[in-house]
Amino acid sequence: MIRIGVVGAGKMGISHLSILGAHPSVEVAGVCDSMGYLLDVLEKYTGVAKYTDAERMLDTADLDAVLIATPSASHVDLVGAALDRGIHVFCEKPLSLSAADSMRLAARAAELRLVTQVGYHNRFVGTFGEVKRLLEAGAIGRVSHALAEAYGPVVLRPKGETWRSRRTAGGGALYDYAAHPLDLLGWYLGEPVSVTGAVLGRVFSAETDDEVYGTLGYADGANAQLSVDWSDESYRKMTTRITLWGDHGKILADRQEIQVFLRDTATVPDGYRHGWTVANTTALTRPVDFYLRGEEYSAQLDHFVHAVERAKRGETWDAVNDFASAAVTDVVIERFLHPDDAIARADEPSPRGWRAGRAARAARRSERHA
Amino acid sequence: MKLDRLLFGDNQFFGVNHMSEEKARQSAMRFQDTGAIIDVIDSAYAAGVRSFMCTTHDRIAEVAEHVRTHPDRYDGFTFLPCMPYAHKYANAVTEHGMLGALRHFLPDEGYLNAAMRGGRAFAGKDVDGLVTLLVDSEMKMFRGLPTPVVFLQNVVVDLLLGLRFDAAFSIFADHVRSRYGAEPGFITMNLPLALDTLERAGVENPIVCSNMNKLAFRVSGGTAAYDEVLATRRFRPIAMSVFASGAIPAREALEWVRARPQIESIVFGASSRQHIEATVDLVQELWGETIAR
Repeated sequence: MIRIGVVGAGKMGISHLSILGAHPSVEVAGVCDSMGYLLDVLEKYTGVAKYTDAERMLDTADLDAVLIATPSASHVDLVGAALDRGIHVFCEKPLSLSAADSMRLAARAAELRLVTQVGYHNRFVGTFGEVKRLLEAGAIGRVSHALAEAYGPVVLRPKGETWRSRRTAGGGALYDYAAHPLDLLGWYLGEPVSVTGAVLGRVFSAETDDEVYGTLGYADGANAQLSVDWSDESYRKMTTRITLWGDHGKILADRQEIQVFLRDTATVPDGYRHGWTVANTTALTRPVDFYLRGEEYSAQLDHFVHAVERAKRGETWDAVNDFASAAVTDVVIERFLHPDDAIARADEPSPRGWRAGRAARAARRSERHA
Repeated sequence: MKLDRLLFGDNQFFGVNHMSEEKARQSAMRFQDTGAIIDVIDSAYAAGVRSFMCTTHDRIAEVAEHVRTHPDRYDGFTFLPCMPYAHKYANAVTEHGMLGALRHFLPDEGYLNAAMRGGRAFAGKDVDGLVTLLVDSEMKMFRGLPTPVVFLQNVVVDLLLGLRFDAAFSIFADHVRSRYGAEPGFITMNLPLALDTLERAGVENPIVCSNMNKLAFRVSGGTAAYDEVLATRRFRPIAMSVFASGAIPAREALEWVRARPQIESIVFGASSRQHIEATVDLVQELWGETIAR
């Protein structure tokens, strides 16, 4: 049995709370939110212990782990406070709004040997996992180009009332939507060496972006295009889609379906053929013990819970979406704010985080060439 | 109250397809005029189907209005509303925050009454008033039409199950019975857990609709656990996703259901007259009973 506290009882926090509540190895030891009303209702009807001060919960609830689902700008301090107390952390995405902060948190957690995970749930989606498997098997050969997309109906009018409408608080299509396809690109292709042609466009929002477009370049010459729009109500809900072109074929995948075209030159993996093969989530998704909104949400928390159990027993665990991995995504997110081909502007502060990242990459490149 | 063997679902009308985004978009285009939805419902009616299990989507309000204004064409036709249409609320929460969204959806009809119930509920941290207000606001579109069963959608049922918010189930059940004279129904992806919870909440012999199919697609906890509750628990099972969005051939899928005689009803979605008639024919053959009238 592991004891988990939840900080943030918004849309994601409540959903995580429910999944944890149904997990046989978890005891929900407390819920913390700044909005007292909702907590009072939860306490009255479900008996869960409520807190309005996160540090107090971390200090007094005897937690093995904490799940943080607060507005993104608050992640750094909350995650840091949990790590300082030796508490394992699951944090909603993005890990932080600064690549430097994310890298610092990743280093700190590694030093303390704590389990960390960030809510990039697409890595637990059957179809996207199958894409990874096919790429590792070399099914389409060397990838030359990728298209990573996310569309959905989030901001459909000018007036925003929540933190999601302000970039300074971590709102906007870049942090909220683009983070997902960028994370998948990181999983499939690694860290890019360049971001160019970045467009952070506005459809409705006054204080943040609603559209994100740009080109990512990779060390091996591959490139990827990102196309994200969270003001598109022709989609019923968020839709994330990946297309990859390789020497020996191409792959299209979304949450429901994977479509694979293999050229005659491809070495065909089991279950596939030359030409088209289509596989659906019905066959690719492993069942979960408790389902809410999608298997991936339960699967990611189940993974975290088992990792914490192993860590508690002093065993090693398999890290998926750990802070180090999420920090790479945050580096890329930050590069969209300060792309390589941006014309330097005097009124913008210098982007510390990614320059450090770029220096490190340059060092690695020169090592390889040495 | 007897449930029909076949209940007609509405996912196909609203761009829901668990297998393919492309197919989902095609169906959203095909059914963007409510007339196209009504044509398919008319085909289902002609094939003998009398129960329409539908989301409380804005478009369903137009279907309900059509049926209300043409009572002669829909003798015996019933609506089995499933509430809420979750995306409407989820998007509102993203836009307005939790309490903002709630305020957004409190009904304007009978404002004073709503304010009284809602206000008292707010002050006392009491959810009875809020739950009943939200149910009433979703039920408005069906006024004057028969609604023998009113369902709570799976996203809400399952959220409440995990939170162990047991009281919400009895509040919903009591309100649906007393105000609408209807049986409460519960849609869930977690059947065994739902049965345990409903029993604790004092909802007896509940109508529970869940995925049941040969592929065990979204059968959380596995087929063995579902078969066990079918054999041992007192409830009225409705099977959905029996074809797993088309992944299982129709005959094979329905034979699998037929082998579980406890299952009272099947929800199915179809977009064409041929598909509806084929399903009706197959059910008549396998169950040896008449549906076509």
